[in-house]
Amino acid sequence: MPVDIWLYFILGFMIIGSIACLEIKNILSSIITIGVVGLGLSLAFLFLGAPDLALVQFVFEILCMIILIRAFAKRSIEVRALRRDVPETIIAIVILASIFVLSIFAFKDLPSFGKPIVRVAERYLAQAGVETGSQNIITAVILNYRVYDTLGEVTVLFTAILGTFTILRKTGRKKRHAE
Amino acid sequence: MILYLMCFFLFLVGVYGAITKRDLIKIILAIGIMGYSVNLFLVLLAYRTGALVPILKKGLDIPASMMVDPLPQAIVLTSIVIELGITALMAALAIRIYQKYDTFDITKIRRLQG
Repeated sequence: MPVDIWLYFILGFMIIGSIACLEIKNILSSIITIGVVGLGLSLAFLFLGAPDLALVQFVFEILCMIILIRAFAKRSIEVRALRRDVPETIIAIVILASIFVLSIFAFKDLPSFGKPIVRVAERYLAQAGVETGSQNIITAVILNYRVYDTLGEVTVLFTAILGTFTILRKTGRKKRHAE
Repeated sequence: MILYLMCFFLFLVGVYGAITKRDLIKIILAIGIMGYSVNLFLVLLAYRTGALVPILKKGLDIPASMMVDPLPQAIVLTSIVIELGITALMAALAIRIYQKYDTFDITKIRRLQG
């Protein structure tokens, strides 16, 4: 079976899953449904020739589900019934549908699926084995050609963790007594 | 092109959730969906029909035109990890808001000024 057919199937599955995730009332089911969508994305990466990404996405999905369930499931396990504004929803759907229709013209100019424009990466593919000694070219790109990008990633991750700890800590800094 | 359109539709589903839902948790999940679709779109752009994984093998000389584009994959690898940090940060903020206001409903969180 060609890759396209598999991808149609997986993408349709993901779209249905995400709509279900947004519309289910029970929040635990909702979080688990988004986990299913993420695992579908991992499968799609596997079909698109990106096994590293599939592994990372798999681990990300599990961690994300653990964080979200730990954070929210206990607080709102009951069925939630928030009222919604029907006119607002209709207006949003109409606007998004018009954006979708307009985007068809934009997507026509992109290179068609399966024929990418490879310019910079041509050199990576040809030279990476000799220049970096890495067998996996993605590793060569991350840790050698674009290492500052990775440094920035680590900085962002560190900042996010720091922010999480700062927000969640129980006690603030003790005020120094006036002497 | 239909694949790109489906991917964009997934993004629009995420946008729909982020602008119409009143539940903070649903908004976090919707932003996660938008992230999924963007990652998938970048990797879709990189695919080459019938190409192999960009991993070199000793003794097996694969020409460069038979591998998928490694650059978007490297960028998406970065993006996925950052998404995890962002999700954790948003969850922490939502927990704090819940402790202060006893609700996840964004229309009832009105005391934000001053």
